[in-house]
Amino acid sequence: MSLSGKIAIAGAFEHPTRWAPEKTEWQIMGESARGALADCGLTLRDVDGLFAAGMGMGAMGVVQLAEYLNLKPRHLDGTNIGGSSFVAHVAHAGAAIHAGLCEVALILYGSTAASNALAIGTGLRTGADPYGVTTVGGYALVAQRHMHRHGTTSEQLAEIAVAARRHAGLNPDAKMRRPITVEDVLASRIISHPLHLLDCCIISDGGGALVVTSAARARDLAKPPVLLLGCGEAVWHQELGAPDLLAIAARQSGERAFAMAGVARGDVDLATIYDSFTITVLVTLENLGFCKPGEGGSFVEGGRIGLGGELPVNPDGGGLSSNHPGMRGIFLVIEAVRQLRGECGERQVAGARIAAVHGTGGLLGTLHSGATLVLARD
Amino acid sequence: MGKEIRHPAPALDWESRAFWEGCGRGELLLQRCGACGALQHRPRALCVSCLSPEMGWERASGRGTVHSFTVTHQNQAPRFREALPYVLAWVELAEGPRLLCNVVGCEPDAVRIGLPVVVDFQPAEGQIAVPRFRPA
Repeated sequence: MSLSGKIAIAGAFEHPTRWAPEKTEWQIMGESARGALADCGLTLRDVDGLFAAGMGMGAMGVVQLAEYLNLKPRHLDGTNIGGSSFVAHVAHAGAAIHAGLCEVALILYGSTAASNALAIGTGLRTGADPYGVTTVGGYALVAQRHMHRHGTTSEQLAEIAVAARRHAGLNPDAKMRRPITVEDVLASRIISHPLHLLDCCIISDGGGALVVTSAARARDLAKPPVLLLGCGEAVWHQELGAPDLLAIAARQSGERAFAMAGVARGDVDLATIYDSFTITVLVTLENLGFCKPGEGGSFVEGGRIGLGGELPVNPDGGGLSSNHPGMRGIFLVIEAVRQLRGECGERQVAGARIAAVHGTGGLLGTLHSGATLVLARD
Repeated sequence: MGKEIRHPAPALDWESRAFWEGCGRGELLLQRCGACGALQHRPRALCVSCLSPEMGWERASGRGTVHSFTVTHQNQAPRFREALPYVLAWVELAEGPRLLCNVVGCEPDAVRIGLPVVVDFQPAEGQIAVPRFRPA
């Protein structure tokens, strides 16, 4: 029996901080929990399912988090599939609630990536890598192949960064709000060719929280429920050494999520897509089926992914301009929830009823996970 | 010519040791399953097509083409920061599998998708070597 339509996100909170050298990641998670529970009118005592992943949490992170919050949940899930983890957590929480394993699930993330000066994108992935594989390098391999195969240009990738910055200008919490142009992106220094500095997400501190429960219970809580209509997960890897770099995990996870939701791509009012780099958004749009393979470059032109366009992407400014504390998946869900509730003020997508959410974890060009959600206003 | 990369030593375990030792002898090795015949890279203790443990080694031609690449301009890790800008690439071997590795021996700007390349080895401690590719 499908859980589609039976599970809801009842509470959501994005920690406003972008720079918190005086806080620990546990404190940011605690403050975020306070925010999301207050948002829906529940308390810590109502929580019986705890979900978390983090860069510094370690193997027993979710257990340590339960201790930190003095919680004794009856369901624990510390799934860590990279930055997409929290998108997957929503689906896992939905399955657990649907199966009766818990009733009120709290999903948390907190990080001080910026104040710890982590080289997230340009540091080595492992200590034993003889080849110098960086995170941005993995994505750049995909960008180069896309340009070669489909004639995609740096100008087209830059459009994604420009749209994100315009959106961030309408988000008072965003870290980078000064408008930029395509020329600014192309003039910024190369980090890993063909990706420039402004093709890369920023690094910030931050965190967030979500409260997931049954749709029935959510209807009695403080805010309008946001329903989980569809979900999917996937992994992309080297396939014994012959991968198609351009067919990413989103193809499989998106197919499943849209099929479960019974929603057509054309019905989607906005998308929140993990924008670690501009190329991530472009190939995700293709693989989710919003355009055909190879058409991502022309799809992102002409304001189509901006507010007021056909498919606004990341109205909060995304990781490119609002915040990116290491693993950004939770903010994709939070912004989709706020948009579907109509809470977004100047950056509100008018009449938003259905949102697609897609998180990528790991490196697009070498090994990554994908998690997709289709969410809707009740 | 690009700058030389002084490759850090790879992590060796018993599943991968024969591959790296092959590189030390100047041989690029791929695994072939003795049960189902599947070709496999990276090295594993069993065939992930049929789960047979009967894995053998075959010497690859060492020839291939660049499938995709990036010129890395920022990496503060020791050894790599001195080598900037360096080329990271997926090289497609003539035998089919692709290797994630470096392309050396030419200006980074001269690397193109489709460029024919040939394997080259940089010796490391302990009779092993790190494979890289240079223009053929």
